[in-house]
Amino acid sequence: MDNNLKKSNIYAIYFGSFILILPLIAFFINAFSFRWFYPQLIPKELSLQAWVRLKLIPKEGFRTLDGFIDLWLSNPTIIKALVNSVTIGIIVTIVSIIIALPAARVLGLLNFRFKKIIIFIMVSPTILPPIAFVLGLNINFITWGFSGSFWGVCLVHLVPIMPYVVLTMTGIFANYNPDFEHQARTLGANKFRTFYLITLPAIAPGMVVAALFAFLVSWSQYLLTFLIGAGKIMTLPLLVFSTASSGNPALTAAISIVFIFPAIVILFFTSKFVSGDSSATSGFGKL
Amino acid sequence: MSDLKISNLCKSFPGMDRPAVNNVSLDIKTGGLIAFLGPSGCGKTTILKMITGLFQPDSGDITLDNASLLPIATENRGVVMVFQNYLLFPYMNVSENVGFALKMKGVEKGEIDKKVKEMLELVKLPDIGDRKPKQLSGGQQQRVALARALISKPKLLLLDEPLSNLDAHLRDEMRELIVTIQQKLNVTTVFVTHDQEEAVLLADNIALIFDGELQSFASPKEYYESPINERAAKFFGGVNFLKSNIKDKQFETEIGLISYNQKNTNELLSNHLLTIRPENIEISKTNNFKDNYFSGVVTSIVFSGTNTRYKIKIKDTVLDCSVQSVGKKEISQNDEVFVHLPADKIWGMND
Repeated sequence: MDNNLKKSNIYAIYFGSFILILPLIAFFINAFSFRWFYPQLIPKELSLQAWVRLKLIPKEGFRTLDGFIDLWLSNPTIIKALVNSVTIGIIVTIVSIIIALPAARVLGLLNFRFKKIIIFIMVSPTILPPIAFVLGLNINFITWGFSGSFWGVCLVHLVPIMPYVVLTMTGIFANYNPDFEHQARTLGANKFRTFYLITLPAIAPGMVVAALFAFLVSWSQYLLTFLIGAGKIMTLPLLVFSTASSGNPALTAAISIVFIFPAIVILFFTSKFVSGDSSATSGFGKL
Repeated sequence: MSDLKISNLCKSFPGMDRPAVNNVSLDIKTGGLIAFLGPSGCGKTTILKMITGLFQPDSGDITLDNASLLPIATENRGVVMVFQNYLLFPYMNVSENVGFALKMKGVEKGEIDKKVKEMLELVKLPDIGDRKPKQLSGGQQQRVALARALISKPKLLLLDEPLSNLDAHLRDEMRELIVTIQQKLNVTTVFVTHDQEEAVLLADNIALIFDGELQSFASPKEYYESPINERAAKFFGGVNFLKSNIKDKQFETEIGLISYNQKNTNELLSNHLLTIRPENIEISKTNNFKDNYFSGVVTSIVFSGTNTRYKIKIKDTVLDCSVQSVGKKEISQNDEVFVHLPADKIWGMND
């Protein structure tokens, strides 16, 4: 930390963070309150009613382990949406990393003509509004029979995810020395073991960050899932929107907490890879 | 046995106006310590990388014990390379690094530990097995890299600029270590360097490479006394060059006729070059030479410790001469001196 940083600056940072967290605090209070109306400063009565209505927590009197299992096995919409969101997220994360690995290696290690243009094309989905391309994609997906299917949704999620994954992994390879692999080869390691013992440990921190990006971008896709899924594939963002439009603040707050919970958990466990010192992020300087 | 034979090796890279390696042929006997010497970018590292299998040659062959290496995968060639920046695997400690090659061979753990201990003792670093590469100095990393390369008893050891990343005082130590270990294990070794002094001190034979082409393959002594051309002579510190033609079994030059003992003068073309090492020229204020002497004027004197360097102008030609400083008669600037070019030291070469 810079010693010359004035105290007022530090307080400003604390204040800024507080403002960012404030809505979350309001969410939490809302989700566990019963009829919290203006001008009450704090809710009069706390309750789990919103969670019961979401069918995440059983009704009073049934809150035993069996009660929870029975409720969740009855497959309410929220569980369906959660399962869909998680499986789609995991699938596209894995697929995007497998696709991005060779591309990032070439972009990070080699210099060739039109490299800048290729990188620009690759990041273009982050610049374009999704509505611009998803309508065109939707027509194609309908003709190909992907519309309304689980795999169609996975496929379309790759569009906004690939730029993040490729760019993050290119950053790792920009600081990567492929001679290490060759050294391992001359010492008798075959291609597979070289990848497993030498390459993978070197790029793992960056892959964690890329996976984190991929999962969270997929997790928060609304429009693409909505159009390509044609309403048949229910994911959490779709449920959040439809719940929010019902106008029940407690219910909206509860489902929003479910929605942001994995992001917080993932960030908590991977924060050390995302910090400035990590090899995963330091490579961006060379791009 | 591990005779390395390189024949007619060629390699081009797109975007280069000349081949990186052009028709190089070499024969290296078992147990030899060979230097590939040349300025940076001359293709010497490219040859090493073709021997290890990182690059495939465009044409030509590399054989080890009469079997071609080219169809064999890198990991099965029995050729180990030590890179210039050592490349110790950062996620493993020193013991794991050194034992890597044996682990790849599937040697049992206890056996690996024993061999690792032996190798670390051989490179005189017995107690650092548990450390991470980051905690080692450059010299220590170099030794660990050497131990790691040698543990699997390779047929051929390749070293890429082994001393260039070390401090001056570490170089001598490392040089001795390389020679000792190389002789002890009798492993055929090829190293790449751009430093002629390093090549001369280490190698039995030097392959001199310019612009992807092999100039000559000879012992260090020959490069000093009978260089193949002007560029080779200059690379080894030659400074005195005289244009010459042969006339009546003598070299005819601008400073006069010079007699010689060289045997292969029938190979010399007209307008060839003569060279002589500065330390082989004798000078004296009084003329006590019988032949090949010329009178000239001292134009500069530079004292450099063991030797003193004189520049002497004979007619329009300036010759450098280096004389032992100890016990030398006083010669000062602008003195007229006699210069002797011994007939057995003067060397004629085609350009």
